[in-house]
Amino acid sequence: MPISIDRHEVQRLVEQGSAQLVEVLPPAEFEEAHLPGAINISLKELNRESTGVLNKDAPVIVY
Amino acid sequence: MSPRAAWRLETLGFTRVYDYVAGKTDWSAAGLPLEGSTASISKAADAIRGSDVTCSLDETLEVVQARVESAGTSACIVTTDDGIVLGRIRGRALQGDPDTTAEQAMSAGPSTIRPDTELAEVVEYYGEAGIKSVLVSDQDGRLIGTVYIEDARKILNSS
Repeated sequence: MPISIDRHEVQRLVEQGSAQLVEVLPPAEFEEAHLPGAINISLKELNRESTGVLNKDAPVIVY
Repeated sequence: MSPRAAWRLETLGFTRVYDYVAGKTDWSAAGLPLEGSTASISKAADAIRGSDVTCSLDETLEVVQARVESAGTSACIVTTDDGIVLGRIRGRALQGDPDTTAEQAMSAGPSTIRPDTELAEVVEYYGEAGIKSVLVSDQDGRLIGTVYIEDARKILNSS
């Protein structure tokens, strides 16, 4: 089950070095502003192929 | 969107999925950095002076006066132990009876802005009203600092 976290947890996971940040909003919103280091896979495009770039063994933080 | 995305990732075999439900609005409102085409727009966070004098409700004006004088500032922000803004003491109120408590002397509930407020809007709104400074807090009401309109104008003029 996904774990809901706050921004302090996001910072902690990112500082640990292995967290993968994924913004799931549309590309235009990602382009305007996104968390540092985040990649964009919009909800509509979230599938086996598009998530192939992610490491399944590392934490993934979606927002 | 993110809860559905989080669950979808689990169906795709991801086992360490976290959902930052509050999202980048929360991140930005806390003054944390963002990347992207709007990241270069000057925000309140860019003009914050972090040298505020603070005090608690039960401290006396004698203590507050000494603290303000020592810091060379002109106001004291009254906060909880966690830094939540409750009030502000400045001007004539700072010169009151030394035995008065901060709670008695303060103006309660001063206006605050978020760190991601565009600086141009801050200057337009507060500067036009002749206000010299405005407090910046996060969305929980926790004090981050003060933006002085003169500082904001300098930043905007140099960018």
